[in-house]
Amino acid sequence: MMKKELKVNAIKNGTVIDHIAAKNLFKVISILKLHKISNQITFGNNLESHKHGNKAIIKISDLLFEKNEIDKIALVAPNAVLNVIKNYEVVEKKKVNIPDEVIGIAKCFNPNCITNNESMQTRFSVLDKQKLALKCHYCEKITDEEHLYVF
Amino acid sequence: MKNKSLVSISDFSKDEILRIVELAADFEANPNQDLLAGKIVGSLFFEPSTRTRLSFETAIQRLGGRIIGFSDASSSSATKGESLKDTIKMVSNYSDLIVMRHHREGAARYASEQSSVPIINAGDGANQHPTQTLLDLYSIYKTQGTLENLNVFMVGDLKYGRTVHSLLMAMSHFNPTFNFISPNSLKMPTEYKMFLDSKNIKYYEHTEFTDILEAADILYMTRVQRERFSDHLEYEKVKNVYVLRNSMLNNTKNNLRILHPLPRVNEIHTDVDDNPKAYYFEQAKNGVFARMAIMASILGLK
Ligand SMILES: [Zn+2]
Repeated sequence: MMKKELKVNAIKNGTVIDHIAAKNLFKVISILKLHKISNQITFGNNLESHKHGNKAIIKISDLLFEKNEIDKIALVAPNAVLNVIKNYEVVEKKKVNIPDEVIGIAKCFNPNCITNNESMQTRFSVLDKQKLALKCHYCEKITDEEHLYVF
Repeated sequence: MKNKSLVSISDFSKDEILRIVELAADFEANPNQDLLAGKIVGSLFFEPSTRTRLSFETAIQRLGGRIIGFSDASSSSATKGESLKDTIKMVSNYSDLIVMRHHREGAARYASEQSSVPIINAGDGANQHPTQTLLDLYSIYKTQGTLENLNVFMVGDLKYGRTVHSLLMAMSHFNPTFNFISPNSLKMPTEYKMFLDSKNIKYYEHTEFTDILEAADILYMTRVQRERFSDHLEYEKVKNVYVLRNSMLNNTKNNLRILHPLPRVNEIHTDVDDNPKAYYFEQAKNGVFARMAIMASILGLK
């Protein structure tokens, strides 16, 4: 059984994103724009996890992620782990990490903020990584998890 | 602080605040100084504010400087769709300093990053209005002889009022005690109370505005704005509760002074105006001296 399962799911080269909370799977798909690429992708949702409730997993062939994209994943799936696969082997495991400064990847929730009305990069300092509180460098308002939109 | 923009009151240290306050006193004693002779100040009011603009323009004229700019967005190229960045790039080529008021929060910080000359924030939406805070501090200093160890009472809209938030931050350098008086729906936000806790500054919260003013050195009144209430009846009720009347000042300290950022609606009854403790009209006049001090020190002329 084990062998067969591997055959279906394993990828030769690419990235496996593991430990995504089940409720956040579609957010991760959306922020990484996986619905717009032609690579082979398999994903599973509502899988049992020892650590945190039900989890989701995404396996993407022939794709590695840049730091910018890994930071985006951290904002919507803070427990995610990226496994870099080469020739069916895991060659690197990366735990995502919310940076101290979030630049150009998240939207300020304040509609009257200059960043939502001018062609410019957003910039936040991260006040709280657990509950997620992003303080806008410009309007000084705090965007929380509930109001977060990642570009 | 030469060549440094003033966007938020927290951009200035305690020493820098004290320096502005002392300079403002110098300018009040000797208001006509040609320090800005040969200088051009860009005065960009994307949002009209006659009170603030006239105060700045008076300060510039008293210092002998010249002004370019506009008093509302309709006479600027912003209405043609020009970005804030492009307007700032252009005006900073022509001027030595820019005074800017804008209806969007964060506009002043962004302008300070795009400009080759310092920016003074004359109000960015609901966010910051640091020159108001510095004129408040000068008014307190002038009437009390010090900024240290004062008991400051704040009344009205403590939730949305940016002037009380900035004043709280600035006064926190000077070991104050605060008393906050507001309806429950307009209480001082938790983030500011946590800030005071972290600095071991004492504060007390009240919902009743009656005979509790005996200990006050400064009474800072604010307007309760109709648009903050979804319930019209609640507004009518609150509006008439947080009103200062002359009779409430009977047992107050001699050094007490009443401040208000103006314009007022009905929160200070006109029977207070002739009380020597009423200070709000002189407070506005202090704005000119505070703004002279800010501009002179940012341009390194004092
Ligand atoms: Zn913002």
